[in-house]
Amino acid sequence: MESTKLSMTSENSEAPSPPYKIVLDVENLKTHFHTRQGTLPAVDDVSFQLRQGEILGLVGESGCGKSVTSLSILRLIPSRAGKVVGGSIKYGDVDLLKLSEKELLDIRGNEISMIFQEPMTALNPVMTVGEQMIESIRIHQKLSKHDARKRALEMLRTVKIPAPEQRIDTYPHELSGGMRQRIMIAMALSCDPKILIADEPTTALDVTIQAQIMDLLKEMQKLLGTAIIMITHDLGVIAEMADRVVVMYAGRIVEEAPVRDIYSNPLHPYTQGLMKAVPKLGEAELPGQARSRLSTIPGTVPALTDLPSGCAFRPRCSAATSRCEVERPSLEQKAPGHLAACWNTGPATAIGGQK
Amino acid sequence: MSKEQQDATISEASTKPDAPLLDVRGLKKYFPVKQGILPSSRKYVYAVDDVSFQVKAGETLGVVGESGCGKSTVGRTILKLIEPTAGQIIINNQDVAALPRSEMRPFRREMQIIFQDPYSSLNPRMTAGQIVGEPLRVHNIAKGPEIKDRVADLFQRVGLRKDQINRYPHEFSGGQRQRIGIARALALGPKLIIADEPVSALDVSIQAQVINLLMDLQDELGISYLFIAHDLSVVERLSHRVAVMYLGRIVEIADRNSLFENPQHPYTQALLSAVPVADPNIKKIQRTILKGDIPSPMEPPSGCPFHTRCPIAEASCKIDVPHLKEIEPGHQVSCHLR
Repeated sequence: MESTKLSMTSENSEAPSPPYKIVLDVENLKTHFHTRQGTLPAVDDVSFQLRQGEILGLVGESGCGKSVTSLSILRLIPSRAGKVVGGSIKYGDVDLLKLSEKELLDIRGNEISMIFQEPMTALNPVMTVGEQMIESIRIHQKLSKHDARKRALEMLRTVKIPAPEQRIDTYPHELSGGMRQRIMIAMALSCDPKILIADEPTTALDVTIQAQIMDLLKEMQKLLGTAIIMITHDLGVIAEMADRVVVMYAGRIVEEAPVRDIYSNPLHPYTQGLMKAVPKLGEAELPGQARSRLSTIPGTVPALTDLPSGCAFRPRCSAATSRCEVERPSLEQKAPGHLAACWNTGPATAIGGQK
Repeated sequence: MSKEQQDATISEASTKPDAPLLDVRGLKKYFPVKQGILPSSRKYVYAVDDVSFQVKAGETLGVVGESGCGKSTVGRTILKLIEPTAGQIIINNQDVAALPRSEMRPFRREMQIIFQDPYSSLNPRMTAGQIVGEPLRVHNIAKGPEIKDRVADLFQRVGLRKDQINRYPHEFSGGQRQRIGIARALALGPKLIIADEPVSALDVSIQAQVINLLMDLQDELGISYLFIAHDLSVVERLSHRVAVMYLGRIVEIADRNSLFENPQHPYTQALLSAVPVADPNIKKIQRTILKGDIPSPMEPPSGCPFHTRCPIAEASCKIDVPHLKEIEPGHQVSCHLR
């Protein structure tokens, strides 16, 4: 592979001196899709690091590349559709992109596992919960069937499935959406992974069930110390779950910051617009029948086939200048731990919306 | 807009001059479920069970609840896309619940629907202009060039460009498709639009645009909305009054502000507390995490449908079915303990 980077260790010199350990280091990741309309840069030069035991939120609207990024990490992009064409994904000292399919099996599902939005499509409908859990445990750990079943039961108990002894022998369709997501989480965590990638894990669930699952994920993360990459479009979920947030737009990272900063002091005009466009409970408190309008971002997300020159957000950006039209901004540190890709964003202090 | 008055007795409501535009009384929809071969083993899904509410002219009534609570069935039953099992649906002083299909047509001009999925609710073989103009043709309201003018008007009204009239749905983005759906619903000049999760398939930045459009249209045209959604913050934005549904029943109904500031039903309280706050700098009020799942509407619990998950349920809640009662003007709750 034509990885542009030399093999470097994850201890980067400019990173704020880490008391934390970096468990996953994604550098200059590029994933392209091949379509009739040409090659689409679904993920274009994406770099971020996942720290041990943290929840990193990956946010953006549909088509921004957040899911493709996560699928690229586990090399789950179907080869017919597209492929990773550049960059590196370091897990410890190994570059996941350089591993053989067989070597990768030891890591996928074992060291790094994943849960999906719709558990019904991720679970095998013709196998009982127990059968599929035991299968996945035995692929990765040398356990007898009996011990694997014991482990599966233990995990079902950990994720608080009521009456696990009975549930283990049911089929996925006999369970509710929330239960299925619990099963998915139990399966994903059964091999004690270092990293869990959760792709919209609560999007298909009702709010009261979403609250249960968010609670469970946070508890598991504390209990097992798993680092989580949480992919979602829901800014509420991110605010409650994540320690740090990466915002993506049109295949690129536009901003990265600790969760508090991203909400209290968003630097990129896209992040700012997004924050204001989300209706928040209690915000519309007006007397009587009065209602207030939401602030909006004009236009729509550009198609990857038809990306604008320069900054991809430029056509929708009120602060765009002529420079934005020709030069693409790169992700730069604007404040400690706070990165943004915008020409018009100076140091973090200069931000109040307008200049 | 005047603050609504509470009509204590619904029986006289429709004869008053300020009669509600839509008056739903005791609406029920039970779906039969085929099970076994014996007729005696027939079961029902109690999708909507004794629901009553009113929608006034120019008002938005938000209907919230989780999946399977019956909110969409309410919307579809009112339009008679689904035949109600029992109850009255009074529009313009006439009960349409029992009307045969053939006599529904004049009422369909008054009530239109916008669907959640802008991808599957538009015919891919028709141009956007044909889709929006079709109701005009079907109802013989306009012909030939006149249709064209009307369609152009509607396009402009919902924020689409006139040069997009001859394009096909696949050439539009999700938000634009939803605008086409809205234009089609507006074509007949309806008094009521049933909006069934109209923004939940849209991205945040597009969702905000469509929410604003719906509010603007209401202010301009004075239409009423029955706004069905699971997203409480969206409902709070758009609604004047809000009904909360659980297992086919309305458990609480109130003015927007009283419902969101002073929720009374334990389910409403849990629902509101479960909504993630999109600001980590706000310290969250204590969250009530409900145990377990929503029971199956095929076998709803005895007594209060919420008692299996209710944090404050008492013994009597398992036996007696609570009914909506007014706890302050315009605020009704269905709970024994309130």
